Amino acid sequence: MTATSSPPGAPSRRRIPWTVRARRDRSLLIMVAPAVLLLAVFAYVPMLGNVVAWQDYSPYVGIRESPFIGWANFARVLTNPLFLDAVANTLVITAVQLVFFFPVPIVLALLLNSVLSPGLRTTIQSIVYLPHFFSWVIVVTIFQQIFGGAGMVATRLREAGYSGFDLMTNPDTFLLLLTAQSVWKDAGWGIIIFLAALATVDPQLYEASVVDGAGRWRRMWHVTLPALRPVIILLLILRLGDALTVGFEQLILQRGAVGTDVAEVLDTFVYYQGVVNGDWAFAAAAGLVKGLVSLALVLGANKLAHLVGEAGVYQRA
Amino acid sequence: MSADIENKTGTTTRPAPSSTTPEPGRPRQPARGPSRYRALLRGRNRPVWEEDPNPLGLLVKGAALLLIVATVVYPLYTVVLTSLSTQADITRSGGLVTVPGGLTFAAYEQILSGGIVTRATIVSIGITVVGTVLSTTVSVLAAYGLSRPGSFAHRPILFVFLITMFFGAGMIPTYLLVSNLGLIDSYWSLILPGAVSAFNVLILRAFFMGIDRSITDAARIDGAGDWRILGQIVLPMSKAVVAVVALFYGVGYWNAFFNAMLYINDNAKWPLQLVLRSYVLQGVTLPGSGVGQVDVADGAVTGLPVKMAVMVLAIVPILVVYPLVQRHFTKGVIFGAIKG
Repeated sequence: MTATSSPPGAPSRRRIPWTVRARRDRSLLIMVAPAVLLLAVFAYVPMLGNVVAWQDYSPYVGIRESPFIGWANFARVLTNPLFLDAVANTLVITAVQLVFFFPVPIVLALLLNSVLSPGLRTTIQSIVYLPHFFSWVIVVTIFQQIFGGAGMVATRLREAGYSGFDLMTNPDTFLLLLTAQSVWKDAGWGIIIFLAALATVDPQLYEASVVDGAGRWRRMWHVTLPALRPVIILLLILRLGDALTVGFEQLILQRGAVGTDVAEVLDTFVYYQGVVNGDWAFAAAAGLVKGLVSLALVLGANKLAHLVGEAGVYQRA
Repeated sequence: MSADIENKTGTTTRPAPSSTTPEPGRPRQPARGPSRYRALLRGRNRPVWEEDPNPLGLLVKGAALLLIVATVVYPLYTVVLTSLSTQADITRSGGLVTVPGGLTFAAYEQILSGGIVTRATIVSIGITVVGTVLSTTVSVLAAYGLSRPGSFAHRPILFVFLITMFFGAGMIPTYLLVSNLGLIDSYWSLILPGAVSAFNVLILRAFFMGIDRSITDAARIDGAGDWRILGQIVLPMSKAVVAVVALFYGVGYWNAFFNAMLYINDNAKWPLQLVLRSYVLQGVTLPGSGVGQVDVADGAVTGLPVKMAVMVLAIVPILVVYPLVQRHFTKGVIFGAIKG
């Protein structure tokens, strides 16, 4: 195949000088340019802006003039008891969500997949996806109106003689509340990927297993769940990589009501230390620690997936 | 819970039998026992190999599904109903109204007759429309530009996108940048920093790459350039996935409140979600707003219906757009999620 007759991007690219290829693909490059420019300015420049973490940064002096002070900010972060509390809260929330949120979409998907009428199934799907598209402000407000101190449940309980019911400000039940909110908002949406995986199962597998005498539960165990395994592992990896990120908007909305003892997580810590208290360099150092550990977690989890023989999030192409 | 699992494709791809003639490949079960009852219980979508359903299992499953649907629908119902209720009904129910009584649009008249909620709604609509158009356009262009492996600098540019999915710069440096660019209190601060989502670009790219190469090659032979191929061939074939991505962006812009909390100090410029947070969730009385005075004003409308009306206002655009896009979800999302 010669260069002139080959369409752009054909495998013969090695023989074409790069200037020719750049000219040939200039339309594609122009198309990518706006997005790359936006990412360069709003994703990559801030990455460089993390140098403030090594500075005694003052907004009045600016990044260029602020003196570098080595690792002092990081030392402050790692010895700060509030930071360690935030790490602990974050990990606890992640663990609770992993146990009580993660399985819900799988069970829901299995339940919904067993609904045979296509019309009914589509209707239910449309309804349970819906809360995913509500903002956290709306979700938290709905919970407040129902479970808050002046909410529906508290009112009924007061009529029955019990007072003082308020889930929104109770630190003891806060984890439960958070998980319930997450389930209400996102569990329905979470089933979409499982349903898609279930739809790819070859019906002949079920027929064959029935012929072999498998009942409902055995079919689920030996046919359905293996079909879901790659998806489950993929999502577990993503969740592990995100272990330090727990519903920032959800928490910042409720941090004031329930208190920092349980509701201060890494992201809210960074926000309050930096933007609210003005300790920019300290907060940037905390954020950077979080970002780097998260990166390591994603890469590590993916490596783990490869080791156990699953595809993982990305592969060496 | 009964968990008899049937396969989706096995049941949906077959047309429902419209006559009594048995379809080829799906012979009728020989009717044993009271056949009409059995047929009713089996339903017409049940594959042949599946055993008859267990009535108790059906009941439990039906109850579970009903409960799940009610969990989603009931709060919405009571919020909407409360926003439409008169003060008498609210007093009687002591909060959210569950049984319809006298209905009134007074709360909506109140919040939409000027004042901070009206302004916030306009701000939110503007940001959402401008942001969605910008984000979707830029993402579609980028996805097409990256859809041909082997094109110039394809791999490095792809990496520019991928890296942003694994490592975010963090809130503080982003804030400092936005602040240094002079975008504080500018609506662009709510649009530009998150304008491109690498994930959405990859969804689009995966879809574009799935388009049969021979179609675009044919167009190329006929003399079409990349812009024309994108506009006249690729885009018309990708309406579903573009709609889904546009919905993701649109919902993101509409629902965002934290970026406004960071970047917008002037509360006259607040978007609706932030007004919702301050006035409805935290119960702050906004100074100088029509809404703030409602609490103390006499008349039919007091706090709760107005608050719930603001909620409904924040939900309605989603309820309007959602049904239009919802049927494309599986196609758009899964395709990207699995291949991307």
